[in-house]
Amino acid sequence: MFSFSIEKTSDASVFKTGSFWDLLIIGAGPAGMNAGLYAKRKGLKVGIISGEIGGQLHYTSTVDNYLGFKWIEGKDLSDQFLTHINSLEIPVLKHVKVTELSSVSPDFELVLSDGRKLKTKTVLIATGGAPRRLNIPGEDTYANKGVSYCTTCDAPFFKDKHVIVAGGGNSAAEAVLDLIPWASKITVVHRSQWRADQILLDKHQTIDKLQVHLNTKITQVYGDETMKGIEVMDQSTGKTYRIEADGLFIEIGTVPNSALVKSLVSTNPQGEIIVDSNQMTSYPGIFAAGDVTEQPYKQIIISAAEGAKAALAINQYLNHTYKGA
Amino acid sequence: MQKLLDQDIQNQIKDFLSPMVNPVTLVLFTQESPCDTCTETRQLLSEIAELSDKLTFVEKDLVEDIKEVDLYGIEMTPSFVMLDHEGKYRGVKFNGIPAGHEINSFLSAILDMSGLDFGYDAALISRIKKINKPVNIKVFVTLSCPHCPGAVNTAHRLAIINSNIEGEMIEAQTFYTLSEQYNVSGVPKIVINEKHELVGNQPVEAFLKLLERI
Repeated sequence: MFSFSIEKTSDASVFKTGSFWDLLIIGAGPAGMNAGLYAKRKGLKVGIISGEIGGQLHYTSTVDNYLGFKWIEGKDLSDQFLTHINSLEIPVLKHVKVTELSSVSPDFELVLSDGRKLKTKTVLIATGGAPRRLNIPGEDTYANKGVSYCTTCDAPFFKDKHVIVAGGGNSAAEAVLDLIPWASKITVVHRSQWRADQILLDKHQTIDKLQVHLNTKITQVYGDETMKGIEVMDQSTGKTYRIEADGLFIEIGTVPNSALVKSLVSTNPQGEIIVDSNQMTSYPGIFAAGDVTEQPYKQIIISAAEGAKAALAINQYLNHTYKGA
Repeated sequence: MQKLLDQDIQNQIKDFLSPMVNPVTLVLFTQESPCDTCTETRQLLSEIAELSDKLTFVEKDLVEDIKEVDLYGIEMTPSFVMLDHEGKYRGVKFNGIPAGHEINSFLSAILDMSGLDFGYDAALISRIKKINKPVNIKVFVTLSCPHCPGAVNTAHRLAIINSNIEGEMIEAQTFYTLSEQYNVSGVPKIVINEKHELVGNQPVEAFLKLLERI
């Protein structure tokens, strides 16, 4: 049967060129949405700008570690978050990107991909992460020709086919579970040992069509018009061999979406934004929360909590530190 | 018959459609057989049409209603187009059922077609209007793809602004053979005039840059 995941957002017509905000939140994942909730409750003029609602919640089919929900689909959790912030009429502008962020002391100007220019007293960067790439030969050539970074999106194209999952964390372990209804054979290749939650690995025990190659590095994706397989190296023996397959799902974590602010704020060598205990970056007035920060545990509940913390700290900043009108 | 949309979803859709400005007509093309999801798509469109007095639902047959099939360039079923308040086809087409995440591109297209301002900057609209050659944009989607409605919505908005442009959603599982012909194994996959490709949910600027080049 069909399900329907409706993303109604509050009136976006308020995002006009020249409009002036207390807080603009970039990103509508758990961090951005929860920050919106807390900021609105404090009475701030707050808006959320996002390419997509829900962020990485949509990359995972099921969530079973968010307190209060024993089991919920990622998209349903996102819908519940959205329903909650809609009830407070927090405006959300979706399907646009922020292309420029500049300081017009003591405020900030944002330029959007559709040409709009907005002004705000503070900014929260809650842009999360994008799928990390293997950076190996053939990965680009066969992107969308077998190589995929979104299991929930692309699994249906691999019905009765052999697919490889690259990675050893929770997202890789979950990708295996998401592929069960589709693939005829699933092979996991990971350069070290599993670091996924035991509860997920226990579920793998009963999957007959699953093979696992640990301590094995993927060195190349090969094919002709489409991908035909991968070359790997067994790191204990140094032996290289090929695994024939129709698809490769790369689930090796994320890289922070911090490019927009890299010239303004301090980041660590991985590009993650460095924040203080109140989620403020090195640039006063710019805050960051969720997976884009250097906080090491990329979890929904942690991102949501950081969003709340950031909003409360922003309210304090506006009351006590902000120097503008 | 059991409803596709439960009461809660119906209320959400009613609320979503409340800002509609002008009436919109949904024209669905089906055929007796073979047609995966014709029944469900018919049911979805008729249930949604009941949720707004500005929506009209019309069903046509791929074999019998040749005039409309030609007029709107219908090639498969289920397929539907939206007509504006003057009964004009503005290049907004859906092939396959817009369920799952794709309900969002469907509902957004209804609002956009009704004449609701979608907030594009005047400079951007003037660039879109300058495209003076025929453009067909196919956006292949799966119903479980969160990035897809954005790409479909952009294609449809380009079509609404410029009558040289047609935007069509293609649900890849229903039209699996067609998707194989276009080598679709990742979505959204955007194919422009049969040969130019964009991958992923690209901002309107990326669509426009490509359209200006070809």
